[in-house]
Amino acid sequence: MKVNLYLNKRVAIIGAGLTLFRRRLLETPQEIAWEASSKALEEAGLELKDIDCVVIGSAPDAFDGVHLKGEYLSHGSGGIRKPVSRVFVGGATGVMTAIAGWYHVASGLCQKVLAVAEEKMSPARPHPQSVFKYIWDPILEKPLNPNLIWIFAMEMHRYMAKYGIKKEDIALVSVKNKRNALNNPYAQLGANITVDDVLNSEVLVWPVQLLDVSPVSDGGAAIVLASEDVARRYTDTPVWVEGVGWTLDNTEWPARDLSYARYVEFAARMAYKIAGIERPNKEIDVVEPYDPFDYKELHHLEALQLAKRGEAPTLLKEGVFDIDGDIPSSPSGGLLGVGNPIAAAGLMKVISIYWQLKGTAGKMQVKKPVHTGLAQAWGDLMQAGTVIVLRN
Amino acid sequence: MNQIAIIGTGWYGFKPSTPEVSFREMVFEASTRAYQDAGNINPRNDVDSFISCQEDFWEGISISDEFAPDQLGGALRPTMTVTGDSLQGLAHAFMQINSGIADIVAIEAHSKASDILTYSEIVKLSMDPIYVRSINPQNFHFIAGLDSVKFMERKKISREDLAMVVEKNKNSGLSSPRASYASKISAQDVLNKEFVVYPLTELDIAPLVDGAIVIVVSTEEIARKLKKDDYVIIKGISYATDSANLETSELGKANYMRIASDLAYKMANVTSPRRYFDAVFVDDRYSYKELQHLEGLRISDDPSKDLNEGNFSPQGEIPVNPLGGHLAKGVPLEASGFSLLLDAIDYIKQGKIEKALVGSWRGIPTFTGSVVVVEKP
Repeated sequence: MKVNLYLNKRVAIIGAGLTLFRRRLLETPQEIAWEASSKALEEAGLELKDIDCVVIGSAPDAFDGVHLKGEYLSHGSGGIRKPVSRVFVGGATGVMTAIAGWYHVASGLCQKVLAVAEEKMSPARPHPQSVFKYIWDPILEKPLNPNLIWIFAMEMHRYMAKYGIKKEDIALVSVKNKRNALNNPYAQLGANITVDDVLNSEVLVWPVQLLDVSPVSDGGAAIVLASEDVARRYTDTPVWVEGVGWTLDNTEWPARDLSYARYVEFAARMAYKIAGIERPNKEIDVVEPYDPFDYKELHHLEALQLAKRGEAPTLLKEGVFDIDGDIPSSPSGGLLGVGNPIAAAGLMKVISIYWQLKGTAGKMQVKKPVHTGLAQAWGDLMQAGTVIVLRN
Repeated sequence: MNQIAIIGTGWYGFKPSTPEVSFREMVFEASTRAYQDAGNINPRNDVDSFISCQEDFWEGISISDEFAPDQLGGALRPTMTVTGDSLQGLAHAFMQINSGIADIVAIEAHSKASDILTYSEIVKLSMDPIYVRSINPQNFHFIAGLDSVKFMERKKISREDLAMVVEKNKNSGLSSPRASYASKISAQDVLNKEFVVYPLTELDIAPLVDGAIVIVVSTEEIARKLKKDDYVIIKGISYATDSANLETSELGKANYMRIASDLAYKMANVTSPRRYFDAVFVDDRYSYKELQHLEGLRISDDPSKDLNEGNFSPQGEIPVNPLGGHLAKGVPLEASGFSLLLDAIDYIKQGKIEKALVGSWRGIPTFTGSVVVVEKP
């Protein structure tokens, strides 16, 4: 992988917008995208006519039930009579949307870019999980009719078995994130729960229980990215994109070491190299790892080199990842607390770090001063990792 | 921004059906040929980033991006999907190289249309669920029918003109190795056919085709090292959407092509496209679209006159689709833009032209187009 340490242009995020994350929003996908987009434009102090290019991120077309979903969403994303395109890496799409927005500006093709992510999962029948019936290899896997939670149960089991991790240690992630989400005005499932609540919740596929999993959600997220000269004209507090990385592992997940997300490690190493980060656990002040399941936050913190393999649960118990800890993790409440409209959830993680670094996170603001933050997403058949590093 | 170079191309298929391969095997064949053509590079070490262009519903797989990396050599490397025409994927490669994050990028697009049993029903799923799909259109070509009638009325284009486009392109395709649907057909044969949707007959509508195309691009510096002068330069590239909503887009005009080409011309410093280009390779999946796109690209203000005077024929002033376009080769879904680009590269490498314009459209019901300016270095 070529990683040029002397990137051609600096790019900043200057505005962000979120919709409420909810089950069964009444708005159409286009309306959800526009609500997030207009809020991002307003925060940036720009109008739609000022935007040069639009990047859209959305996960499977089947959720919204619209083929060529990027084309359909372009109208609601402000992509009218200008360059519009959609990027897609499954669940890792939200952060990839920000990365694509970054290279639209860093390349010099555009000065001001609107990056929009939207997902409306509720309409899928009989349940959004049905969409995942068609993600498998049509010859080797589909005849077994696997369910997505089954394979994550395998991964969680493997992670626990390899490092001797207990269910109650993992449940602490759900407790922390749902508690953090109480401070987030956009959150769907903020709550004060206990480890016992998680352990006593319905077993879906052992060891995955109901409160280990993020909910089905609808929602939208958008950011405005701009070149350095534009950013300095519009804001005194630009947040710079300092590193990006993305990786896709091979399709054959059964042959993979499920206890460690090496694709996330590779993506992180790419981003760290660009950002000049040599000791991530000392240099990252705040982190938003992807947490559709509670064990995934720990899994990802290890792949991001913020904890040694198998040691993230211990650091969690010691409070390192609490909102007042050394490396606050998911201060937004994460997918477990805020909700998981797939692509929008990934971009929500970028927005959370942006607001933390700008100092406008309100009640979500972490206690320590922060200068460098990281957002990460994960997707496809446990194979995609996307990472972005931001600095103020 | 720096111009980038096309250093390798590989393709497989361009047949109505390809039962001998899966779509992944087809892409593997194309990528192997592309890497060989790019100076026998090793994708595991030499390619910095991989881009796939595909849409879930065509593949019959939710999250089809999962199946992108292996056949390209992109596993555990920066690999991602652009759900758009292959020329939009090429534009993303252009941006990745110009941002400084990659020196060499491989882009793939493919079509396994022969596997799709309900093509028409899938197209309907791309229409707005509230305003268009709910009227349950019996034939998705109705949008092309409305668009063509409005365009023909505005530009005084006749049914005979459309038939002449079909005759020109199906005949031109006989000189292409990829044209399964080329034939020695006459305009009268087209006029004798029944309408699918007025004013379009079965012969006015390009059929689907299976195929895979992989293109490798790099900085010009690397191109010179690997290929001396045996490469092609991308001097300008852009893409645009008019409006995704049928009711708010302007029927009868290819505004998306006008916006995209104006941006690409600006990048390539092209001020007079008609004089600048030696040939045009443009989307003709409906016969009228070739003429409508030529207007959008500022190649012709009076496409009927130019067509009748023979200006668009392979021997004419500015040949249009001299290797047959989609009418002769078929529509390979997301690989459509690359199919036209491959023709342009072939024509340049055969020494017939030096500067080519490529314009691609995403098909019904979209109003999205992409434009590339390619030249000999």
